[in-house]
Amino acid sequence: MTDRDYPEKPGAVYFFGTCLVDLFYPRAGMAGMELLQRQGIKMIFPQGQSCCGQPAFNNGHRDEARAVAAAQIKLFPKDIPVVLPSGSCAGMMRRHYPYLFEGYPEEATAKALAERVFELTEFLVHVAGVALEDRGDPIRVTWHGSCHSQREMGIRDEPKTLLRQLAKVELVELQREKECCGFGGTFSVKQPDVSAAMVTDKAADIEQSGAEKIVSGDCGCLMNITGALGKKGSAVLGRHIAEFLLERTDDGR
Amino acid sequence: MTGAEGCFRERAGTALKDTQLRANFRRAMDGLMDKRAEQFSDVNEWERLRGLGESIRRRALARLPDLLEQLERNCTANGISVHWAETVEQANETVLEILQRRGAKRVVKGKSMVSEEMHLNDYLGRHGITALEADLGEYIVQMAGETPSHLIMPAIHKNRGQIARLFKDNIENYDYTEDPVEMTAVARSQLRREFQDADAGLSGVNFAVAETGTLCLVENEGNGRMVTTVPPVHIAVTGIEKVVEKLEDVPPLLSLLTRSATGQPITTYFNMITSPRKEGERDGPEEVHLILLDNGRSRIHADAETRRTLQCIRCGACMNHCPVYTRVGGHAYGGVYPGPIGKILTPQIEGMRVFGDLPEASSLCNACVEVCPVRIPIAQVLVRLRDEAAGHCPRPTVKESGARKSVMEDLVWTGWKWMHRSPAAYRMMTGLLAKAGNLAPSGAPLLRQWTSARTKPRFAGKTLHQMVREKGLADE
Repeated sequence: MTDRDYPEKPGAVYFFGTCLVDLFYPRAGMAGMELLQRQGIKMIFPQGQSCCGQPAFNNGHRDEARAVAAAQIKLFPKDIPVVLPSGSCAGMMRRHYPYLFEGYPEEATAKALAERVFELTEFLVHVAGVALEDRGDPIRVTWHGSCHSQREMGIRDEPKTLLRQLAKVELVELQREKECCGFGGTFSVKQPDVSAAMVTDKAADIEQSGAEKIVSGDCGCLMNITGALGKKGSAVLGRHIAEFLLERTDDGR
Repeated sequence: MTGAEGCFRERAGTALKDTQLRANFRRAMDGLMDKRAEQFSDVNEWERLRGLGESIRRRALARLPDLLEQLERNCTANGISVHWAETVEQANETVLEILQRRGAKRVVKGKSMVSEEMHLNDYLGRHGITALEADLGEYIVQMAGETPSHLIMPAIHKNRGQIARLFKDNIENYDYTEDPVEMTAVARSQLRREFQDADAGLSGVNFAVAETGTLCLVENEGNGRMVTTVPPVHIAVTGIEKVVEKLEDVPPLLSLLTRSATGQPITTYFNMITSPRKEGERDGPEEVHLILLDNGRSRIHADAETRRTLQCIRCGACMNHCPVYTRVGGHAYGGVYPGPIGKILTPQIEGMRVFGDLPEASSLCNACVEVCPVRIPIAQVLVRLRDEAAGHCPRPTVKESGARKSVMEDLVWTGWKWMHRSPAAYRMMTGLLAKAGNLAPSGAPLLRQWTSARTKPRFAGKTLHQMVREKGLADE
């Protein structure tokens, strides 16, 4: 359970797609918006959005991060929630924007925005109150929660709550469910050996679970994990949770 | 002294190939994580206690200069000689002076990371004085000619077979056994003589209480009690940050320390040292000395953000839970302090020139932050140190700040900024990147590192921006 108070279900929300979803996993973004629309929530997707700024922030380039973040926070003027299909980018906006803009003209805007930022699964569970109806064939899947969704956003059970709503989906937990997959953004290329060791272990854990699919809420982890699974020729497929929930519940219309 | 060879990446690469080492660490850390989790099964109690621990440490650091002076006054009144050392060299010279004045030739030591920071054993050795480690783990590490690989379990990188072979090669008439109880008994009988024969004992300090002038020492083996009571001289070395205000600050910190470190509800020995032997007392040293070492700590203390590094009570929980440490072990960090706390402490003490790459050795997973019993924001300090290393900190305070500045990296991030802060530039550049990226060979820079363990990712045919436009969703 997270440590925040949740608002009533709003009529409209902003959607911040994140750069990784934009470039590599656009269907996950579309699926996330579709799930929200089904709850009668209007989607607003500001076309001016790009990246939350986390890559530069985490790499010792705070000024560059602030410049890019400043361009984003202008895009969400209405006092309605901002939903992200990523715990990591949501964590950047919610936990680090107030710190990044401390003493800058945007400080108040950044702090107000941070209060309105939600990761998709927490929003679906706590705000939208979704009830999912499974229409798929029986399948066994496993879950990987990103470090930032767990430890910055405080999200633990929400994604699993959603997966357990699906009658024919058997959710098996990984042996080391809470352990980092080794992505860490540029960590994966700056410390490639340690990162490779971490993701190799994660891929082995996933294979041992007997799951057909690895579901995650963060595309950084997903790209890392499916890359490692692919490299070893594994049959396990990766899915962003939004896409997975949509494919399980789609009525084919 | 900054004797680290190579860079973290090279040292980690070597460690990762050592399957025995990796198995030893994984097994040990799994056990430690389970034991700690049992201790803190009540989340509310944990959050309350760590909140208290954090406030005690922050309150002490906020008043550090005052508390240190108070500690000095009260220790002196109790008969403990207090010595200040700004540098490692001064601390070593002070130890040597005390020992030479007493004509001491053999020193027996309790576990002390500050003495490791001082490289004291080597220093004393060069001056004809033998220092023997009496903590079992340190004893093993010293026998192997190595350095500790963990804050509280110095020989955790070795399994019992490796230790048994070490004993066989180094202890006369060793009746070969791999049984931990029997091996401990052998070490114990070896050490017992040393306690009796030593001219001086040296220890660290866990908490120095300003209010009473008391030095607290936490240990499990009784060696700490032996080195601080049997030899005629006791020298305690500590970093200046270990001071706490009041005696009542100690119990919560002690509880957090033992439960976080080894999952023990209490420690086996808790020593409170307040004076040398008094007239009519039957044991205890004739002299007690306290050496307060700065070695860069005042500089760390001067900045509110880096100061939080000094909250540390050296429990080691951060490394027990670190997915990087678990795989590479403590020696890969190159400095005295390994793991997450080492990643923030070592570069600040030793400087960015040699250790500026340590803050990079983290995926920022925050596992350390989650278990830190005094709530050190390790990830936040790591990010700060990355700024410092790259020469982009607006108010740099860290030793050798900017030593890792790279024109190439600066160019990349400037380009990244231009691309991401203008929607038009972003649209154009993402289009180009997708085409170029999908054509780039796996051996291209950065992709080469990525594809060493993973397949190459493919840019999607259409961006989310394009799909959204085609679907006609609101753009406000």
